[in-house]
Amino acid sequence: MSHALTLITFVPIAGMVLILALPDSMKNASKWIAVAATIPQLLIAIHLYEHFDTTTSAVQFAEKASWMPSYHISYFVGVDGISISMVLLTALIMFISTFASFGINRAEKGYYAMLLMLDTGMMGVFVSLDFFLFYIFWEVMLLPMYFLIGIWGGPRREYAAIKFFLYTLLGSVLILLAMLGLYYYSATPTFDLTELAANSSHYSIGFQRIVWIALFVGFAIKIPAFPFHTWLPDAHVEAPTAISVILAGVLLKMGTYGILRVNFAVLPAATYQLAWLFLGVIGTINIVYGAMCAMAQTDYKKLIAYSSISHMGYVMLGMAAFTTAGINGAVLQMFNHGTITAMLFILVGVIYDRAHHREINGFGGLAQQMPIYTAFTGFAFFAGMGLPGMSAFISEVLVLLGAWQTHPIMVVFGSATAVLTAGYLLWTFQRIYLGPLNEKYKGFSDLSFREAFTLVPLGVIVLILGVYPHAILGLLNTSLVHLNQVVLSTSGAAVAMVH
Amino acid sequence: MDLGNLASLKHFIPEMILVAGVLAIVIIDLAVRDKSRLGALALIAAATSLLAIGLEPVLSGAWLFHRMLVFDSFAIYFRTLIALAAVVAIWMSIGSQEVKSCDQGEYYAILLASTFAMFLMAESANLLMAYLALEFVSLTSYILTGFLRHNRRSLEAALKYLIYGGVASGTMIYGMSWIFGITGSLDFNVINKALSTPGHLPVLAVFIALVLILTGMGYKVASVPFHMWAPDVYTGAPIPITTFLAVGSKAAGFALLTRFFFPAISHLAAGGSWTALAGVDWPQLLLFVCIITMTLGNLAALQQTNMKRLLAYSSIAQAGYALMGFVVLSNDGIRAMLFYLFAYYVMDAGAFVVVMIVANSTGREDVDAYRGLAWRGGIVPALALTIFLFSLTGIPLTVGFIGKFYLFAAVIRGQFYILAIVGILNSVVSLYYYLKPIQKMFFEQPRGDEGTVRFQPWDYGLMGVLACATIVFGLYWSPIISFANRSLSFFTGPT
Repeated sequence: MSHALTLITFVPIAGMVLILALPDSMKNASKWIAVAATIPQLLIAIHLYEHFDTTTSAVQFAEKASWMPSYHISYFVGVDGISISMVLLTALIMFISTFASFGINRAEKGYYAMLLMLDTGMMGVFVSLDFFLFYIFWEVMLLPMYFLIGIWGGPRREYAAIKFFLYTLLGSVLILLAMLGLYYYSATPTFDLTELAANSSHYSIGFQRIVWIALFVGFAIKIPAFPFHTWLPDAHVEAPTAISVILAGVLLKMGTYGILRVNFAVLPAATYQLAWLFLGVIGTINIVYGAMCAMAQTDYKKLIAYSSISHMGYVMLGMAAFTTAGINGAVLQMFNHGTITAMLFILVGVIYDRAHHREINGFGGLAQQMPIYTAFTGFAFFAGMGLPGMSAFISEVLVLLGAWQTHPIMVVFGSATAVLTAGYLLWTFQRIYLGPLNEKYKGFSDLSFREAFTLVPLGVIVLILGVYPHAILGLLNTSLVHLNQVVLSTSGAAVAMVH
Repeated sequence: MDLGNLASLKHFIPEMILVAGVLAIVIIDLAVRDKSRLGALALIAAATSLLAIGLEPVLSGAWLFHRMLVFDSFAIYFRTLIALAAVVAIWMSIGSQEVKSCDQGEYYAILLASTFAMFLMAESANLLMAYLALEFVSLTSYILTGFLRHNRRSLEAALKYLIYGGVASGTMIYGMSWIFGITGSLDFNVINKALSTPGHLPVLAVFIALVLILTGMGYKVASVPFHMWAPDVYTGAPIPITTFLAVGSKAAGFALLTRFFFPAISHLAAGGSWTALAGVDWPQLLLFVCIITMTLGNLAALQQTNMKRLLAYSSIAQAGYALMGFVVLSNDGIRAMLFYLFAYYVMDAGAFVVVMIVANSTGREDVDAYRGLAWRGGIVPALALTIFLFSLTGIPLTVGFIGKFYLFAAVIRGQFYILAIVGILNSVVSLYYYLKPIQKMFFEQPRGDEGTVRFQPWDYGLMGVLACATIVFGLYWSPIISFANRSLSFFTGPT
């Protein structure tokens, strides 16, 4: 397949057009069209996984066509180890979340059309190697997300939707300015990220620092890094289940992916200087602060949202380490966080669909009524805590080990937070699932087949990666070692440039 | 080439078509009882004129009518834009409920005459001609604004417009007299030569003269602090006229502004950058105007609940964005500004078309009339308005984003970093009020008192064309940017 990446990106658009063309009388078919669009995507992703050459850090499956020659803009897509792992994650999460959307019963056509447009936007971000193209996809993703939260969301959906949009637009316009700066001050004006990365030493260190910070703020809003995180709990609480799954599963990864793709690769000297503060310290704050906030929540979904902020902190800390273990752990954590948090949000959605509230203290004893559901939740909670044998254990240990050599104090905070994490998850588990059964919930049915179907694949992946992390690490390692080398190699050069 | 009266006529065909249209409408209006076809006649005249502009021979440029007008590719660009605005305004008028109650003959005749006057503004090569053209545009605009004779808002708007316009043009012609006193001429080319001659130029006097002239031109493009008329006039005028003023009149203003401030009083250096002649620091002043215009326009728009008023403040802010291309003093910037004005034409006219469709059906212009529009049979106009508003914000996949991209590219290249930061912050602020109608249309449910939106193929056709243009030119904008690129040459005399 020579156009695999183009296909994987634009298959959903074809589905979207089909859905929009459906007559209203056949609107029930829209969900199946959405499923039909995500299956080939998943198959292509598996195909890419099988044919990916793990021995090189070079771009693979590349396609390039000129788009706006006078501004050196081209349609340039390709994947390396970092992006292919995200492509896999996106295809998987989109497949799962289409099934998780079957509960939507209002304006289905619009919903599934938006879902597929979002799919294309996210996939496009991960495969683009032209900065302009990257930016287009980055922004295109905002529109469906805004409507998905705003139309199909909870009671305060308007507030959450506009907050999400304003925050992320502020981030994107900063990226736009940084992009133009990189374009005009590069050796030869270009938006080609591989070329920009190859000529990174051309930028002066002062310029690198300014652009680095602008880019960082733009990407940090998406992660979301403290103090730009306040939109996330609101968006999660109001978003429908499947959208929360996508938001936590894929969207948050774009922030850290962008930092690796642009900040690390194109501005390595500034990265080397600034990462300890912006990624290390802020990442540690994310870990600790997110866990503390999670502990204080009484809304089940908000708790998971804050735990998600906490777990993304490990990604940032791992990136700040500049060791092979740290950066490998960071990207593996991105993948693992995607699968585990997706499970958690599906599980929250299951109980919300039945009880129509998420008040943690309003439940109790659900284990008696819904044993299978409780078992799945227990599994996901243990995965979230990073228990050995599950995927997050590997990635968090890698991050902490990797960062120990460079930032020992941050690691102390990071590893101590594991206790907090276990604390709030176990406490939540106890309040919702254990104890005497609340009479109100006597009639609740256990997991339906569809719900179990969305959870099982994620659970299996969590287990496999817990035992055999090489399945993803093998993809990442070569590219990440190379990227790490690029950043480290500037440490000498950076000093020379200052004087 | 310096052409005389008769020789000029062969480069004056688009204008003559418009004049013929005016005369034909006036005569037919007297002769026939059924006035319903006059709109179609006006549309044909405007479209033919547009076609004639397209068919004009490409040549390096010439002075027409003894150096009163100038014929060059820059004029072609703006006349195209103005003719397009006229086509849209007439198309809208044919479907408009407000216009149906007016005297059709006079309405269309004045609309075409106003278009003709805007052409002249884009072509002026002499301050006197510029003044006459600007006054011509203003007078026709006053009449068109007050055309809803039985509507108090319309009359009030016309009166306000007249008073502001009178003061602004009076100030401008006073400034022109200073220029005449300093340089001894009103001809752009002679002014340029006089200012480039080394010698004792009264720099302060030139600066004062430019500020006075800027009053008149700034009033036409509705830049702060000469913007006060815009919200009232845009709200009071019939919607097609609001569109025509927002798009056509503003483009004509930008044409005159650019032609006077660049080829007349600046010097083009190699590499495409301009420098102000005689050390007069008008760029600094305009930078300030630009920043204030976009910020004030956006902040004032945040509180608006009437769609026309909201779009009025938005169009003030949009003029501020376009001015970014102006103040960076480079050909890059001017090209970005030209592109942005085209983008602005497509998206702003589109937004007004939707406002008119809703107003035709429900008789309302407030934001609440849009509540649940998508769920009460108006999904198509709701989607179209969403596209236009996202384009005005500058979200990708729309022509508005490409316009902003070029503007910011020119700003970054010119190293105006503060301006870039102010510009992007403004974009974020503007998102808030552009989202307001979108939230109403999609996120809220109708309460039953909003009325349904009726399907009118004639209006939907125009809306569809503009919505498609917004998206298509957002993905494939080469034709427009190369047109803007070709239009960068100003004729300043035989070389």
